[in-house]
This record gives sequence, C-alpha cells and structure tokens, in this order.
Amino acid sequence: MQEQARIRILVGKPGLDGHDRGAKVVARALRDAGFEIIYTGLHQTAESIVSAAIEEDVDAIGLSILSGAHMTYFPKIRKLLQERGADDIIVFGGGIIPEDDLQALEQEGIARLFTPGTTTEEIIAWVRDNVRPKSAA
Amino acid sequence: MATLAQRVRGGERRAAARLMRLLDDGVSAGFDALRELYPDTGRARIVGVTGSPGSGKSTLVDQLVRVWRDRGLTVGVVAIDPTSPFSGGAILGDRIRMRQHEADDGVFVRSLATRGNLGGLSRSTRDVVAVMDAMGMDRIVIETVGVGQDEVDIVGTAHTSLVVLVPGMGDDIQAIKAGILEIADIFVLNKADHEGVDRAEREIRAMIELGGDLDGWKPPIVRTIASSGEGVLNLADAVDDHLRWLDETGRFEDRVRRARVHHVRQALRDRFERRLDRAITEQTGIAGLIDAAASGEQDPYSVADAVLAELSVG
Repeated sequence: MQEQARIRILVGKPGLDGHDRGAKVVARALRDAGFEIIYTGLHQTAESIVSAAIEEDVDAIGLSILSGAHMTYFPKIRKLLQERGADDIIVFGGGIIPEDDLQALEQEGIARLFTPGTTTEEIIAWVRDNVRPKSAA
Repeated sequence: MATLAQRVRGGERRAAARLMRLLDDGVSAGFDALRELYPDTGRARIVGVTGSPGSGKSTLVDQLVRVWRDRGLTVGVVAIDPTSPFSGGAILGDRIRMRQHEADDGVFVRSLATRGNLGGLSRSTRDVVAVMDAMGMDRIVIETVGVGQDEVDIVGTAHTSLVVLVPGMGDDIQAIKAGILEIADIFVLNKADHEGVDRAEREIRAMIELGGDLDGWKPPIVRTIASSGEGVLNLADAVDDHLRWLDETGRFEDRVRRARVHHVRQALRDRFERRLDRAITEQTGIAGLIDAAASGEQDPYSVADAVLAELSVG
C-alpha cells in the first residue's frame, strides 16, 4: 500500500521564560516546509514534553530555551526519553547558548543547537537531512 | 518478541502511539495490527465535539476529561486540526489547552492533521479511535477541525455529538440551518457569561422546535463557561443521559452499525484511491487514457469509465 508518511515534530518551550516568538516563528516555518508540528506552548515541564512526544509519536523534539536553563532542560529531556525507551526521538533546539555549553550538550546527545542569527531555511534544511518519519522505516 | 498488537493490548503507550502513526501514514503493517486488535474494540463510548473556531472546543474537552477522570473513567482524545493545502504541513495546537492531563496515564491525547480530507476528520480518525478503544479507554472524544459547515463525518463516527456555539454568533446561525442542527445530540452554549446568551439560546431553541424530534430525542441546550469549568458537570450528565437513552431505545446498536458502515466505506475509499494512484504511475494503459483526457482528445467521463474498466480487470 502506498504510504503517506509525514515528519512530525514537537515544538515546545520548557521552563519559565515567556518569550515564545522564536518558537512560533520556527513552528510556522516548519509547517510551511510540509511538516506536522505539535505545538505545546509555553511553560512546559520536561516530563510533560516527553509524555506528549511519546503520545504523538513524533520523530523529533525542537525546544526553544532563552532563559539560560538549557544545561538543565536538554539533558533532563534526553534522560527521560532514555528511561521511557524513546531515545530514538531526536532532540534539537535553539537559544542563547554559550560555545562551551554547546559542545557539552552535543556530547549529551542533543543532535543540533541553533544560535541567534540562524535562518529558518537552515533549520528546515537540517531537519530534511536528519529527521525521517519513523513509520517509513 | 511481542507483536505490536500484543504490546498495545498490554497497555504500552509507546506501541499504541506507533500504531496510530502507522495507520495515519497508511502503512500496511498498521492495518495488520488493527485487524488483530479489532475484536477488542466496541467497548468505548465515543463523543464528538464540533463547533466554529474560537468557540472553546479544546477548553471544553479539557474540562470534560477532568470530570470523567473524577468519575473514574479513562479517556482518549483525538484532536484534529487542518493541514495547509499549500505546504501539506500543519500546526497541531490543541494540546496547549489540555495540559492538566499530561502526567495522567488514564488519558491519551493524539493530534491529527486532516491531510486533505474533508468532513472535519482525518482519514485515519476512525482507525485511531479503534486503537484507543482497544487500549481500553472508556470514553473517546473526537474534536473536529471546526471549520463550520462540513463537519458531518462526526455523525458517522460518534455515539453522541456535541455542537458548541457561542453568544453573538451571527453567521453561525446560518451554519446551523445548513445542517449542524441534524448533527447535534446536545447543544453546548459556551461562553455563557457573554452578552447575548439569552438571545442565542432562544434562536437555538426555535431551530430545535422547527426541526421537530424525529428520533424521539430532543437535543438539550447546556450552558457552559469552559474557561472556569462552570456547567461542565451538567454537560457530562447530559452526555450520560443521551448515552443511556441510546441504550434504552436500542438506538445504540443502530449507531454502532452506522459507524461500522462508515468505517468500511472510508477504508474502501482509501484503498481505491491508493490503487488508482498506483495504477496511474504503474499501468501505462491508464496513464495513456488520462493523457488522452489531458490533451482534450477525449472527454473526462469516457476516460473515467475506461479507467474504471481497466482497474476492475487488473
């Protein structure tokens, strides 16, 4: 039977910062690139993001963190995904992240981090190159 | 190793979520698993929620889920949002309003995009509902796209359908006339603290009177303020009343039969469409026929008949 697989990505913002403009711009750009975006909005906990990602069977989670809490949330979400046997879900994100932290997070298994100045085209191109719909396996 | 169907039966959320994905993406392994699970379906009570964008459907569903959880029921939610016809992408944002249940294993929320399907549901909605049913969810809520006038597919799927309206709707009254009236088992007048609520209720009531009670059930009008939860207990009771009425009058079986027939027709349409797509790319004879229509050499009706004849042979 012919398949109609679409890439599904959860876009969310963990933690306390209330700046969701970036997340919304990225969500819209990814939609316009033909992906299905589950937008979960502001003030998410790591647990709620992981639960939603599992129920929605997303291929990737894209997080926007501008509060400086990136060293807490990214590793925590990776750990929760591992605990629930879902660490095949790719985690990427964006925010104001210092160079040293970028390297540390990439070692923790965060697939890609985008810093200020990144164009939406770059993000879309990265998703196309790195994310596959799981149903197409 | 356990099959996908066995893992769903065992209550594995990840397996259920993956099965829904396979079904949504039209992967045949998904239908094999669903075939295996089909004997486990038919227990859930299915409630449809439709209404215009901004009428508060998601917030209302969130509140209904809370009441049902308090009453010890497990709940599945299927929330449908539109796919962009230009890009094929979608933003599915209904979960934003259903976050109080995120840590609750008795609730499973799944967002689906219409992917070009009309009628307010995605092609996969019935399949995803079947998975939630097999998971053992007591209630399953389907929240339709909510574009207004063509949400009729919910009738073929849900046991009880709610139509959500708000005061000051104006044009929505036209939508009611155009067919939403026939969908509603229950009218929900949400945002009941807004101006014009009495007038809106009068208008809906007049319309109900006009429609008569053909089926022996007169749709109640329930006022709610979903943002505060006011009236939601009454709404949950109204849903129970309707489900009980269906049971007592034997109409529940009718609705189940109707839903099964809709399901078969949907499955047939999907299969036919896929077979046609494949035939157009693979069978040169059919591609040739379509070319003949493209060039204007033949009329579309003769070509369609010829293609149909080809397909039944192949």
